[in-house]
Amino acid sequence: MASKKMEALGSVVEQVLGDKLVSSTLALDELTIVCKAADLIAVATTLRDHAELSFEQLIDLCGMDYSAYRDEPWDGPRFAVVYHLLSLKHNVRIRLRVFAEDDSFPLLASVNPVWNAANWFEREAFDLFGIVFEGHPDLRRILTDYGFVGHPFRKDFPLSGHVEMRYDPTQQRVIYQPVTIEPREITPRIIREENYGG
Amino acid sequence: MAEIRNYTLNFGPQHPAAHGVLRLVLELDGEVIQRADPHIGLLHRGTEKLAESKTFIQSLPYMDRLDYVSMMCNEHAYCLAIEKLLQIEVPLRAQYIRVMFAEITRILNHLLWIGAHAIDIGAMTMFLYAFREREDLMDCYEAVSGARMHAAYFRPGGVYRDLPDSMPQYTVSKIKNARELARLNEGRKGSMLDFIDDFTKRFPGYVDEYETLLTDNRIWKQRTVGIGVVSPERAKNLGFSGPMLRGSGIEWDLRKKQPYDVYDRMDFDIPVGKGGDSYDRYLVRVEEMRQSNRIIQQCVAWLRDNPGPVITDNHKVAPPSREGMKSNMEDLIHHFKLFTEGMHVPEGEAYAAVEHPKGEFGIYLVSDGANKPYRLKIRAPGFPHLAALNEMATGHMIADVVAIIGTQDIVFGEIDR
Repeated sequence: MASKKMEALGSVVEQVLGDKLVSSTLALDELTIVCKAADLIAVATTLRDHAELSFEQLIDLCGMDYSAYRDEPWDGPRFAVVYHLLSLKHNVRIRLRVFAEDDSFPLLASVNPVWNAANWFEREAFDLFGIVFEGHPDLRRILTDYGFVGHPFRKDFPLSGHVEMRYDPTQQRVIYQPVTIEPREITPRIIREENYGG
Repeated sequence: MAEIRNYTLNFGPQHPAAHGVLRLVLELDGEVIQRADPHIGLLHRGTEKLAESKTFIQSLPYMDRLDYVSMMCNEHAYCLAIEKLLQIEVPLRAQYIRVMFAEITRILNHLLWIGAHAIDIGAMTMFLYAFREREDLMDCYEAVSGARMHAAYFRPGGVYRDLPDSMPQYTVSKIKNARELARLNEGRKGSMLDFIDDFTKRFPGYVDEYETLLTDNRIWKQRTVGIGVVSPERAKNLGFSGPMLRGSGIEWDLRKKQPYDVYDRMDFDIPVGKGGDSYDRYLVRVEEMRQSNRIIQQCVAWLRDNPGPVITDNHKVAPPSREGMKSNMEDLIHHFKLFTEGMHVPEGEAYAAVEHPKGEFGIYLVSDGANKPYRLKIRAPGFPHLAALNEMATGHMIADVVAIIGTQDIVFGEIDR
């Protein structure tokens, strides 16, 4: 069901980016391209400025942690950042995925100079996934509490967290303590094999 | 000679004009804003993380609680994303119902916005007027879903149930006499569609009332004209969408440009601003209410003539009817599997966006074939808008910050997620 418009976009992207493009997939009428972390700024600038692409809006930027994908060991880089771009001129969308090479210290260049909208989105990805954006003007935590430890959206971070907060009447202040609740799973996570049940 | 220093002011998180839990750290030179640093996250509930441990249908009610003044629009994007991955067809009647309720939601949202924005700037009456109309629309929500706000009415594959044949009536109380009761129940005699139809006939008159109060009001213009000006180039670069983008003069509306459901069959116009200031955005939103009213009228007319199913008959996605469940084995099994294990969404990723009252609301869904999403990212329209607060407020007076927060139509449920 891929439309002609998206196929045309795919070939233009392939032509313009050349060997900077690692892969390009067209699925569900959405084009997803992958590029190397080192080429990110060059690719982003091209996507924005090339007349036939002109993706002038960064709609969304989010971190991804692939370590638990399909409940199997994931080979390849664990962290990625997914950019959703929109071209108002041509009325098309594109998805750009960039993997961070180092799992223990995921580092990517900041696209803040290309799209200023990236500012808070990158802070969010840093806060929730611990992905560091080089060249970001103000990389602080954004959604979690002041003084929060850890990156909660990583797959190895428990849903109930590590600490809880309560008021302690003896000390007459709010204190942090290790969580007292047990994490429980009511509906198990199941992946059915292909063609299960006919 | 005294040393002149900038003054740092903490605004919120409990300030009534902060629209929820916004904490702003303002750096002031006299009364002029030098820097505005919004601190957000005080309402962060980790919706996206929670969704990873819930089945697809269990996460649906969380969507209502994102932007809690435009509930059904959030559900709409979520359902569209799941339907895209599942590649299922939604019955036409369900699409019309969704569009109708998405537009009712838009009016609900804009009414709250106009009331809150006006009260922030000092026009008390607007708030009372806007809430009078919101009450009627909330009744529609309640009649169709049982809940006034958190409806959980849109489901993957359609809507939960068909529109009711009757509207609840007001009953006698200490403060309502018989004459008042007759007036209130006037439009509630017939079906729900009659009630909505009656509302759409009254509503343009109400919007005229709002406009007589505000549009040419000298104080209103003094507070909004030239405040928070955003150029079209900056609006694009800052990731603006919805009325914030249209206020800056860019004709962009997903309902027209990338239509979903039956928006391509609707006849409506997109209002566009000229100057990109708060006043233009006010005019855009007021006109949007009128256009939404037109769309609702078209939906009502179609829905009256075309009965039919309102949810897909694919029982891997939507539950079978109660009757079927109690009379045949297969439906019973489907029902059991759907509510214990949930639906399985094929492996893949999809991004679905809707024209939410506040801008582009998107759901990026990654599924690895399980009965729960692998990753759910909510693209909230208010997030990039609030990120631009520093740029919009710098150089304005401190009182204008409130006007700018108002014009951005900030709701923390969606920003903090």
